[in-house]
Amino acid sequence: MPEPEVTAAVKAKFPQATDRASLDHPAVNLPAADVPAALACLRDEFAFDMLTDLTAVDWSSAASPRFTVVYHLFSTARHDYIRVAADCPNDAEPAVPSVCALWPGANWHEREVYDMFGIGFTGHPDLRRILMWDGYPHFPLRKEFPLAGIETPLPDAEVAAETHASVKPAPLMGGPFVASSGQVNLGAAEPGGKDESWTERHEKPE
Amino acid sequence: MVTANTELAYDSKIEGEVIVTRADAVINWIRSNSMWPMPMGLACCAIELMAAGASRFDIARFGAEVMRFSPRQADVMIVAGTVTYKMASAVRRIYDQMPEPKWVIAMGACASTGGMYRSYAVLQGVDRVIPVDVYVSGCPPRPEALLDALILLQNKVKRTPSAKNLLSA
Repeated sequence: MPEPEVTAAVKAKFPQATDRASLDHPAVNLPAADVPAALACLRDEFAFDMLTDLTAVDWSSAASPRFTVVYHLFSTARHDYIRVAADCPNDAEPAVPSVCALWPGANWHEREVYDMFGIGFTGHPDLRRILMWDGYPHFPLRKEFPLAGIETPLPDAEVAAETHASVKPAPLMGGPFVASSGQVNLGAAEPGGKDESWTERHEKPE
Repeated sequence: MVTANTELAYDSKIEGEVIVTRADAVINWIRSNSMWPMPMGLACCAIELMAAGASRFDIARFGAEVMRFSPRQADVMIVAGTVTYKMASAVRRIYDQMPEPKWVIAMGACASTGGMYRSYAVLQGVDRVIPVDVYVSGCPPRPEALLDALILLQNKVKRTPSAKNLLSA
């Protein structure tokens, strides 16, 4: 089936679906509540049998809706992709329905999105953090979270008491790390932070 | 056929063949030439650690070929790779389970300083949770660099007042 017909069929079946701007594959926007039914329809009727990616976008704390969950489906029969995006209705406590029942592989993807963005997946069988440790108080891929990190106690209180170590912000100090290719001087070509005017102890000049 | 050339070590007429030395020299000689590593392989440095243990570089030449995956049987922890904050507590607990005397080699940029990973997730040097004896630069270091670190560590062990430490323990 040619690509426009898939999106047209999805829009016929789910009246609230709209076309989503896309430079590559066909894409639709859907209300979060319709996502499990729409993905089940795509899987069973249009042979999009593989969930290749499940991720999210944070449009910044000023935007509303703030979070969008994005699904990429692949059809191993027709070698087509389709992208489905759903805005989270609640900006403060974002949540969308889980699709673990459709693809067991969605389980860890949804845990990762929960870990990094704090987006809940209602109906997920085991929604825990997957990369950061249980009890970590922040969601690192949210826009307000600095890459350097925020001071936090270590996950293990005993080790923290023994070592007096904690999670310390680590600013890039001259980074991001870039390589200057084509340099005759190998020291200058080495990937590294090129701006050495600030460190952990000296503030970055404005 | 092995000849029974045992006279030097097991001669009953012991008077003529006593070897006089210091307790420190004997203890340190034994310790430094049989350092069993605890391979704390956390990232790509572990591949170079494996190369150091394999036939071309052959860490057995320095008596450190017995990689022990139980910390209770290890002498030197080789931290080879990126230590995340989530892993840091486990590294510390494994270190705590190693019997004294024990040493630590921080292998590579990540274990020494956090390396290129200046982020919310990576411990900026394993010396923030365990004491490190030798740091190895490189990303990852060549196996020769690790062997050099091992030789440096052996020299450090040979300078230790081991007998005094044992008696005062």
